[in-house]
Amino acid sequence: MAVETAPTATTTGPKLRRIRVTVNGAAHDVDVEPRTLLVHFLRENLGMTGTHIGCDTTSCGACTVLLNGRAVKSCTLFAVQTDQSSIATVEGLEKDGKLHPIQEGFHQEHGLQCGFCTPGMMMTAVGFLATNPAPTELQIREAISGNLCRCTGYVNIVKSIDYAARKMRETAEGKA
Amino acid sequence: MIPASFEYHVAKDIAHAIQLLASSGGEAKVLAGGQSLIPLMKFRLAQPVALVDINRIAGLGGIRENGELQIGALIREADLEKNPIIRQRYPIITDTAAVIADPLVRNMATIGGNLAHADPANDHPATMLALRASVVAQGSKGERVIPIDDFFLDTFTTALRPDEILIEIRIPKPAARSGGAYLKLERKVGDFAIVGVAAMVRLDESGKIAAASIGLTNVGLTAIRARNAEETLRGQVPDDKVLAAAGAAAASAAQPVSDLRGPADYKRDVVRVLTQRAIRKAVARAKGGN
Ligand SMILES: Cc1cc2nc3c(=O)[nH]c(=O)nc-3n(C[C@H](O)[C@H](O)[C@H](O)COP(=O)(O)OP(=O)(O)OC[C@H]3O[C@@H](n4cnc5c(N)ncnc54)[C@H](O)[C@@H]3O)c2cc1C
Ligand code: FES
Ligand code: FES
Repeated sequence: MAVETAPTATTTGPKLRRIRVTVNGAAHDVDVEPRTLLVHFLRENLGMTGTHIGCDTTSCGACTVLLNGRAVKSCTLFAVQTDQSSIATVEGLEKDGKLHPIQEGFHQEHGLQCGFCTPGMMMTAVGFLATNPAPTELQIREAISGNLCRCTGYVNIVKSIDYAARKMRETAEGKA
Repeated sequence: MIPASFEYHVAKDIAHAIQLLASSGGEAKVLAGGQSLIPLMKFRLAQPVALVDINRIAGLGGIRENGELQIGALIREADLEKNPIIRQRYPIITDTAAVIADPLVRNMATIGGNLAHADPANDHPATMLALRASVVAQGSKGERVIPIDDFFLDTFTTALRPDEILIEIRIPKPAARSGGAYLKLERKVGDFAIVGVAAMVRLDESGKIAAASIGLTNVGLTAIRARNAEETLRGQVPDDKVLAAAGAAAASAAQPVSDLRGPADYKRDVVRVLTQRAIRKAVARAKGGN
């Protein structure tokens, strides 16, 4: 009697691809399925759950991370696309027990209630302030127009980002 | 939501990308910014067997003025919006890029993808119709230049062959006394247009309209060129009466359908109003204003 061989798909499983990604300064070499979204890669492969999934439809910005310095929605990007890239997430903001100015801003100005949108808001703000260190209120509002908050409202979030901008400018001036 | 499995290829250069597309027998898709394709794949409305990632191809990300304006297919909306040549000399493109989606999507989304996707709700198609642009495609049979009027065949369907890549958009140099503007009405910031109108005008020395071109967003199966409105304007002084006639003509060219963004009649009337405003702004810019 002939032995039945199982179809290759079930024996080999999905084809994986080795990628190297630097997340918050640390390099990771990981095998991923091409269809793995960056947000799932961060949360499930690396166990970094600070990056949230809100809408999963590219609308809310809760999943925002920096890809080579630019704020992007990690639910709309495959992890394989980020091979050899550098990613910054909310987990990397605090350094040596010291809050990042954006975290300090959200704390001081009551920029969060439930905190669900906060990681995305903060990463968007960090990416934005790197290109515009002295924004107007209108520019801040425009910059976070891809991030939805369902409980705090935007007034305090805008104040928090403005706080961070001022703080970062003072620090930069102090150093100069 | 997790897309169906696919093979992932990183194209090293254009020739490699074309070879990958050609060898897939039409089953592979180009991956550019991914901001339309990945959402479709997550909903499994698209299930390509393979993706050809063109993001690492060098040479598709430039903006040059070289007799005509040449925009590389991989230019991201965020870079288009900030580009000084575009801001100064082609403000209609800045108008357009600035109202596409939100800043996070614009950090990824490419102009090539916006045209190749051929969604009638996308904003660049109408602007490119108004600018009389052409699209440069490269495939196994070589390179060809497709006039924008021949590019959009149907919703989500362009003249690109399955093994062709859109590599560049070419836009004629702005003539003296010409100007353009893009206006969009949206329910909320970052949404697709209820209606969008792109208008380009060229004035003669006496201030009459020597030529006009008008494109409409999201009121048909593809972006629509409102030729009848263009006709109404030719040879006329752009006063209120002429603008009103052009607005009415554009409204009659629109083929809106009722949906979540509003009833068809309402959209048709928005075309009428936005067309007048877009022409007025284009004329002001043609005269050196803003
Ligand atoms: C929340 C949200 C809101 C949006 N709002 C707007 C809006 O208001 N206005 C608007 O215009 N757009 C909007 N978009 C769409 C966005 O601009 C898309 O990015 C754009 O439609 C496609 O560009 P892409 O680079 O992301 O292409 P992709 O998603 O990578 O590709 C789209 C399609 O084009 C093909 N393709 C891409 N590049 C090429 C190429 N060079 N050659 C051949 N084929 C190619 C792909 O194979 C695919 O079929 C929105 C998107 C989202 C997620
Ligand atoms: S989870 Fe990515 S945009 Fe909402
Ligand atoms: S703090 Fe709750 S959603 Fe923004």
